[in-house]
Amino acid sequence: MTTAADKKNREWLITGPSLIWLLLFFVIPTLIVFAIAFKPSTPFGGIGAGWTLTTLFDLSNPNYPAIIWRTVWISLVSTIICLLLAVPCGYCIARARRRSRNILLMLVIVPFWTNFLIRIFAWKVLLHPEGLLKQALVFLHLCSPDATLLYNSAAVLLVIIYTYLPFAILPIYAAAEKFDYSLIEASRDLGATRFRSFTHVFLPGISRGVWTAALMVFIPALGAYVIPDIVGGPAGEMIGNKIAQRTFVDRNLPHASALAALLTLAVMIPLMITLVRNRLPETDHRKKGKRIVE
Amino acid sequence: MKRSRVPFFTTITVLVFFYLPLIVLSINSFNDSRYGGPWKGFTFRWYVRLFHDPQIWHALKNTLLIAVSATLVSMMIGTLAAFALHRYRSRLQMVHYGMIYSPLIVPDILMGMSLLLFFVALKVKLGLFTIFIAHVTFCLSYVTMVVLSRLQDFDFSLIEAAQDLGANGWTAFRRILLPLIMPGIAAGGLLAFTLSLDDFVITFFVSGPGSTTLPIHIYSMMKHGAPAVINALSVILLLITFVLVSASRTMREKTE
Repeated sequence: MTTAADKKNREWLITGPSLIWLLLFFVIPTLIVFAIAFKPSTPFGGIGAGWTLTTLFDLSNPNYPAIIWRTVWISLVSTIICLLLAVPCGYCIARARRRSRNILLMLVIVPFWTNFLIRIFAWKVLLHPEGLLKQALVFLHLCSPDATLLYNSAAVLLVIIYTYLPFAILPIYAAAEKFDYSLIEASRDLGATRFRSFTHVFLPGISRGVWTAALMVFIPALGAYVIPDIVGGPAGEMIGNKIAQRTFVDRNLPHASALAALLTLAVMIPLMITLVRNRLPETDHRKKGKRIVE
Repeated sequence: MKRSRVPFFTTITVLVFFYLPLIVLSINSFNDSRYGGPWKGFTFRWYVRLFHDPQIWHALKNTLLIAVSATLVSMMIGTLAAFALHRYRSRLQMVHYGMIYSPLIVPDILMGMSLLLFFVALKVKLGLFTIFIAHVTFCLSYVTMVVLSRLQDFDFSLIEAAQDLGANGWTAFRRILLPLIMPGIAAGGLLAFTLSLDDFVITFFVSGPGSTTLPIHIYSMMKHGAPAVINALSVILLLITFVLVSASRTMREKTE
């Protein structure tokens, strides 16, 4: 039999590697971001000595409110559109027959695994003034030959939806697959309309999946950087672009840190809510396994 | 009872939306026009040029070196972490779970930025080593989650049976548990490998001169011309993705 102290030692032994790794390369770096936001910058792109609040005051730069507002609305609208598309898709895949379900799942997973830059590039090619989409729209008289489809907020929104939609479909599918559809039949038998049984029975039943899907779109969208960089241009800039510009172009690391700290705080709120909601489930085998191994 | 047809049509529309850009890209990779405008005839020119570009091969070598090493290290640490989270239920594990979970959600740019500042503060030279550290950091959480979900489905009465038949704890672990969850560890490793191959944002922040990876090279090609060559490269990467996805699906079906 093992003693309590032995057990504790063994727990530390297998927890140690990941705990130390993440402490060193995830927690401490995140804290450093907050610390450097209070440091002065040096003209040579370094970090000065002492502490200051000037970097924070620099955030009141008149360009920033517009960029922050754009970041928030693009993230919110893309999340809503992704959910509107992902709920019917998740339902359809979950209700399909086994063979077609596997094919549909595979078709959703392939874009999910495809290189991120390539997917953005594919849209740049389509939206390009000489690209297929632009020419098709002009041919159908839906846009004028000198309209630009690239380099605006709408292009950023479109590509964010394209990029993160698979991330929204998969958790909703996972929840829809476990849903007990006899509940819908029961509600219809009791006189609910199709729409009412959808909103009052199905949606509450898959709420956990919907919640995860919303986060899977909203948080990466808040931190989007490559998408606005490639298809957004100056009219579609988001906070991520400003962080990268301060880091690579102006080499003002304290300023970049202050922006990153702001973004971290914005991300923390939904993250904390999920952590509380999706706590590790206690399963039966777990308890059993624990008893056996000890 | 008649079901609504809205979900079916939405799914079809979404799939067209997913694949149309990729199909246009693939067709354009054989187009003899430099900027992918109207069709100007069939060519393999861009593929030939791609294979003769020494920078691509150099970037590919770096990418694979990092992907293989980061996958192996994150598989080892991640599997241990999953065992710890599965077996113990203490305050330490709650903190541990929070630390494993957060990198999955934090946007890439924040992870890249914070690691860059960390390396700058410690005066570590940016290069392949810093990219390796960054990749292990984000792959670790994914491996842990995949292995953990496999452990939650594991039937622990098998261990009990082995012990009743005289196996000690270590033997039961090595001969029963490990072989049965190996597909889970492999699936986690495959996910880590793909994520590492694909990562651009975090790598971009922590890379230094001479440590160009394939995504960084693709990005600079996107920024500075050569669109037709990227089309050709994209088609090759798409084919690799198809093979990897099929492999992981087969692996999953075998274990189910």
